[in-house]
Amino acid sequence: MSKMIQRYSERERMNHWVIAILFFMAGLSGLAFFHPSMFWLTNFFGGGPWTRILHPFLGVLMFLSFAGLMLKVWHHNKITEADKKWLTAVSEVVSGHEETLQNVGRYNGGQKVLFWIMVACMFVLLVSGIMFWQPWFADAFPIGLRRLAVLLHALSAAVLIIGVIVHVYAAIWVKGTIRAMTRGSVSEAWARKHHPAWHREMTRNG
Amino acid sequence: MANLQSLDVAARSATTTPSPSVRQVPQVAKLIDESKCIGCKACQVACMNWNDLRDEVGQNIGVYDNPADLSPSSWTVMRFFEVEPQAGNLEWLIRKDGCMHCEDPGCLKACPSPGAIVQYGNGIVDFHQDACIGCGNCVTGCPFNIPRISKKDSKAYKCSLCSDRVSVGLEPACVKTCPTGAIGFGTKEDMVAYGNKRAAELKDRGFQNAGLYNPEGVGGTHVMYVLKHADKPELEGLPLNASISPVVSLWKGGLKPLALLGMGAAVLGGLLHYLKVGPNDADAEAKEREAS
Ligand code: HEM
Ligand code: SF4
Repeated sequence: MSKMIQRYSERERMNHWVIAILFFMAGLSGLAFFHPSMFWLTNFFGGGPWTRILHPFLGVLMFLSFAGLMLKVWHHNKITEADKKWLTAVSEVVSGHEETLQNVGRYNGGQKVLFWIMVACMFVLLVSGIMFWQPWFADAFPIGLRRLAVLLHALSAAVLIIGVIVHVYAAIWVKGTIRAMTRGSVSEAWARKHHPAWHREMTRNG
Repeated sequence: MANLQSLDVAARSATTTPSPSVRQVPQVAKLIDESKCIGCKACQVACMNWNDLRDEVGQNIGVYDNPADLSPSSWTVMRFFEVEPQAGNLEWLIRKDGCMHCEDPGCLKACPSPGAIVQYGNGIVDFHQDACIGCGNCVTGCPFNIPRISKKDSKAYKCSLCSDRVSVGLEPACVKTCPTGAIGFGTKEDMVAYGNKRAAELKDRGFQNAGLYNPEGVGGTHVMYVLKHADKPELEGLPLNASISPVVSLWKGGLKPLALLGMGAAVLGGLLHYLKVGPNDADAEAKEREAS
């Protein structure tokens, strides 16, 4: 195998998987209330009342752990001209042809857009979730706001879940990616193909 | 309150299959005639008595309202309003507040827990606390600000229209007790007819805008009022065009199937993409290039 390039530190990897576990727990406990067809998910959390009690805490913990990773990586996610080019060529990338995009850095345009969508969803989920959190905070908000909050909470949860499905699929599709989050490193071939500008940067003085 | 085997169920919260609905039962309704109410609160006492409820002794807030609001232990309260429907003409209006037993109940629509809220075939909307998870969605869904969540057990409570009494052919406790006959109970049809008759009598006696409060926006209600000023129900804290908030309808109606479809489509889309395009494997390609 070719030389490996370090992509994520141990701390970042731990952080990522804590978020992933908490996302699953917050997401599944929330989905239990989302639609009758999924109420059975409450069985994983000790029944209806326990699911209701646990969900907001799982959500807040997830938000906090997400905030940790977000603060470490947000500056890699500023949208650049190269990203705009990537985004206009997204259909080529999806059909397996990314050779023309030689300026993709540490993250590509799609990853960055997804990052900011996740950031927005996390904040909306936190703020709206607190607004109808029984029994502590809900009573502090007028009913009109609470109605808006449940709508936004359900909407942002759906957007976030769809976003994560895309995120997970991308990691499965692009071989060698999951390794970045398990072992922390990626192969040179992987970096050269998917993030050529980052590859040049990482190998310039190596 | 009670889970009544003897009553059919017209609707059940968070349930997508039909509920038991073979028996034919008449629709019932309670009619509260504001013009006959003297504000004695006998109905409040009867409600406490039948339902074994004892609220905490609260504070006098300077008006007759006592307790000051509905609570998990006060399912009905008399509300007193000093208003001037016409300038210079002070009136003292008294309204017995409590669940309206909507034909299209916002509480039931919003509830995520299967069977925690049911609507019986006779129209009564009932909370089953054993299935309640304490999320507060019924409060969010109700257009009349009725359900209250108990601090003691985190369950939602409200007037049951004495479903337990009605199921065995008795009238609700408040109806039985009212000393002036201001609260009537019978089939919905009879109560609508009687309410309209009372409104006409009030009109004859100078209340030109008297009328029956049976808001169409929630499909009508199984608790109705004869109001002296039916053109201005806001005078007594009742919404003029009562209906489930469009935000709640969007949340519980349009959004969910779309969101589920979106999630399903994302998963299926990924699978199909993988089958069509195959893995994107930089290492395998590099190896191939080396070999060739
Ligand atoms: C960030 C902190 C969060 C807080 C404080 C929070 C709080 C809440 C609360 C209080 C509810 C009311 C439902 C109940 O518990 O009975 C709720 C529902 C829900 N939550 Fe969260 N939550 C958070 C994060 C999340 C996350 C991360 C997800 C999904 C990935 C999520 C998905 C949902 C869903 C789908 C519902 C059901 C909404 C509906 O009834 O339509 N929540 N949340
Ligand atoms: S008044 Fe409120 S609590 Fe009563 S049936 Fe209507 S929506 Fe439900």
